[in-house]
Amino acid sequence: MTRRAVITGIGVVAPGGNGRDAYWDLLSAGRTATRAISLFDATAFRSRVAAECDFDPVAAGLTPREVRRMDRAAQFAVVAAREAVAESGVDLGSYDPGRIGVSVGSAVGCTMGLEEEYTVLSDGGRNWLVDHTYGVPHLYGYMVPSTLAVEVARESGAEGPVALVSTGCTSGLDAIGHGVQLIEEGSADVVVAGATDAPLSPITSACFDAIKATTPNTSDPEHASRPFDGRRDGFVLGEGSAVLVIEEATAARRRGASVYAEILGFASRSNAHHMTGLKPDGREMAEAIRVAMDRARLGPDGVDYINAHGSGTKQNDRHETAAFKRSLGQRAYDVPVSSIKSMIGHSLGAIGSLEIAACALALRHQVVPPTANLTVPDPECDLDYVPRTAREHPMERVLSVGSGFGGFQSAMVLGRPRSARETV
Amino acid sequence: MSASGIAPHRGTPPVVTGIGVVAPTGIGARRHWESVLAGKSGLGRITRFDPTGYPVRVAGEVPGFDAVREVPGRLVPQTDRFTHFALAAAEAALGDSGVDPASLPEYEMAVVTASSSGGTEFGQHEMERLYRNGPSWVGAYQSIAWFYAATTGQVSIRHGMRGPCGVLCCEQAGGLDALGQARRLLRTGSRLVLTGGTDASLCPYGLVAQLASGGLSTVDDPARAYLPFDASASGFVPGEGGAFLTVESAASARERGAHRYGEILGYAAGFDPAPRTGRPPVLAAVIRRALADARIGAPEVGVVFADASGVPEQDLAEARAISEVFGAGAVPVTAPKALTGRLYAGGAALDAVTALLSLGHGVVPHTAGPGRPAPGCEIDLVLDRPRQTGPRTALVLARGYGGFTSALLLGAADTPLTPH
Amino acid sequence: MADPTSPNPVTLSTTSAFTLDDLRRILRAGAGVDEQIDLSGAIAGVPFAELGYDSLALLELTGRIEREYAIRIPDGELEHTRTPAEAVTYVNSQLSQEGI
Repeated sequence: MTRRAVITGIGVVAPGGNGRDAYWDLLSAGRTATRAISLFDATAFRSRVAAECDFDPVAAGLTPREVRRMDRAAQFAVVAAREAVAESGVDLGSYDPGRIGVSVGSAVGCTMGLEEEYTVLSDGGRNWLVDHTYGVPHLYGYMVPSTLAVEVARESGAEGPVALVSTGCTSGLDAIGHGVQLIEEGSADVVVAGATDAPLSPITSACFDAIKATTPNTSDPEHASRPFDGRRDGFVLGEGSAVLVIEEATAARRRGASVYAEILGFASRSNAHHMTGLKPDGREMAEAIRVAMDRARLGPDGVDYINAHGSGTKQNDRHETAAFKRSLGQRAYDVPVSSIKSMIGHSLGAIGSLEIAACALALRHQVVPPTANLTVPDPECDLDYVPRTAREHPMERVLSVGSGFGGFQSAMVLGRPRSARETV
Repeated sequence: MSASGIAPHRGTPPVVTGIGVVAPTGIGARRHWESVLAGKSGLGRITRFDPTGYPVRVAGEVPGFDAVREVPGRLVPQTDRFTHFALAAAEAALGDSGVDPASLPEYEMAVVTASSSGGTEFGQHEMERLYRNGPSWVGAYQSIAWFYAATTGQVSIRHGMRGPCGVLCCEQAGGLDALGQARRLLRTGSRLVLTGGTDASLCPYGLVAQLASGGLSTVDDPARAYLPFDASASGFVPGEGGAFLTVESAASARERGAHRYGEILGYAAGFDPAPRTGRPPVLAAVIRRALADARIGAPEVGVVFADASGVPEQDLAEARAISEVFGAGAVPVTAPKALTGRLYAGGAALDAVTALLSLGHGVVPHTAGPGRPAPGCEIDLVLDRPRQTGPRTALVLARGYGGFTSALLLGAADTPLTPH
Repeated sequence: MADPTSPNPVTLSTTSAFTLDDLRRILRAGAGVDEQIDLSGAIAGVPFAELGYDSLALLELTGRIEREYAIRIPDGELEHTRTPAEAVTYVNSQLSQEGI
């Protein structure tokens, strides 16, 4: 009997609102959560806009010790995981711990904690030979991104396979894909899977400044993230986390779980072309889409919505527009496409999980979230990008794609569960 | 077919057709194996910076690694040392397999690496420039050199591998998890995976961060600093380097008539319960799951390459798990990593390579250093000299900070390796 | 391709504030040099792409020149030069504007 994976719980920490409901409110209203950076003094930076989370770890339920121990990215992930597990109704205690898996994605790990401690140990960059006597007990936990998976695993009581997946900006999609594989191959029956990133710190901002990838637009932060718009000028950094509970479909049905979506297909490819550059033909992303749809047993007409990578760089928007045309042919012109990065920015590795969460919610509500700020389309981006306003739209299957530094291209197909078709 | 492309039948085990090593025991698999058999340690006082002021001054550095010679010129300033090591080891593993990537379908070749802490030294330099001089002093390559996926991206570009590439960060267990992931890919449409791991965190901030893990030995004598399973075990010595392996589907290797180092028979991963839950560590359960996955019994295992933490309570836990599964002293156990220190993302990948060489040569290498077993460690630790026991199956164990626990079973190829 | 004995098709003033050798030095330090490239040869008219330098290399070059020569290079301007000769000319024009 083929094992299949379904999404039964969603937890979110996102710019513009924490929690699944606030997240969907923001997306379906087409509101933007981008603003002038407040998390650090960005005066000397080229890009001074970001999508920040209004996140109070204590209010979010973390204890003082957890707050001390965990970097911001870990705090996000644990809070999102708690929500996902609670919301799914799954009793993890009823599972054999060895059958519980964890798969967390992150592009930059615990960068914030690592950087903050660096400034202390080096005394503001003065000393190459940093002073170990100023090291905090959790410093090693900041150095290794695996900490993020450790925290979620301990939270979930997982004693099965646990992994931190770090494929740049496709980490979130790939981590969920990894979780699906653990269930399908029989290594786990339930996987707490998602991604987290908190890159709004000087070093990460400076590194995107250096390659002029982020927007230099500082005058109009609310409208700075403009995927597919002819006036876009770079992406807007974001932060956040989405964590899902993924269960083996039969077990989920047996316990009467409310299923958001079934994961029908996943594939990833690399462009082996350039660490940051994309070829305009979208060839490898198209191949990832083709394989994911093939695994879902779908033809080009099989998807009803595409959640785009849509980062808001000219290079990306044209690359993936080409990829959609290449993989779906004429269908690419008919299917609605949107980018939620227009509202919540680009949270690097986390965004793929936030986008899958958005797809699952879109399927449940039968509403396509819009591409905010899209007013003057780039003539080379000539698909239906659902500008500015959410759209009610019947959807059975949706596609989400991601593209990342290192050449990674990933695609995932979600389907509305049969049970949901009857009950919702 | 399933969402991840798993076929209904698992097929024959994948095979390893190439190996590449950059380690404190030497650059190149041959030199590494010679050092292992000779018990020649690569541990010494840290030379990459002045360690005088730090409580840990001993490490395993890769001797004589000249990036300019080993790495394409442009990539020397554009990538961190951990990627330098990986580029060299991956090239060696691919060359050793005799495969010409241009002759294979581009989407059926993938790169999967383990990463532990990314481009630590590169990152320290760039943070120093940021905090000394300002944001505009951070270079363009920080964006592609520091992050954990840097190595997979560069290796895939260099060799034109466009399949489902990946990166797993499971601290020191990651090397085995990367091999496990390689096997998954070979079951879902890939035919060749270049996999492994490297680490190079021997810069001041990297070392200081490692101090906080609490596992490092502060013993100053390189010969006494890392003595796993010994009564005077005092923690471990950090090291740099790692290894890569070319893993292919059995069909692909057969088609090419490729030389085979061995087979991947089984793999399992688990995670230790949080401290103070009262639940036991998962190592014994993970070993059993790997055996079940390989469909072999414990008595068929000819040698165990231990994780060998060097932290006494972890050594004891590992020894107990091995005894629980195999019986006290029932299987030879070894830890050649005593010669290299613990290489983080590179350690388990190197152990897998050493295990394949052990199977190929019919020799169990010894653990150089330890002499007096720690009380309670009832294992047959191979000491003093290699044993010519002709093992056919090797179990490699790895544990990562926080609770990662992985086990890999490797089988000997039909044809033994010719002695070097 | 870059044979040092062949006559340089592009002549550059040796009295410029920013010379081809400065460019060579900064490229070497920032982006490195591929083995098959002779950066000390006649590279002035050779497209950056043929020398192995991509958009990232030119961004790194931009940053290094901005810091060393304390000038501002507007987005895209240096990245859009095609050859070392064009880049040297461009940098000198920026330097003269800054009154150096």
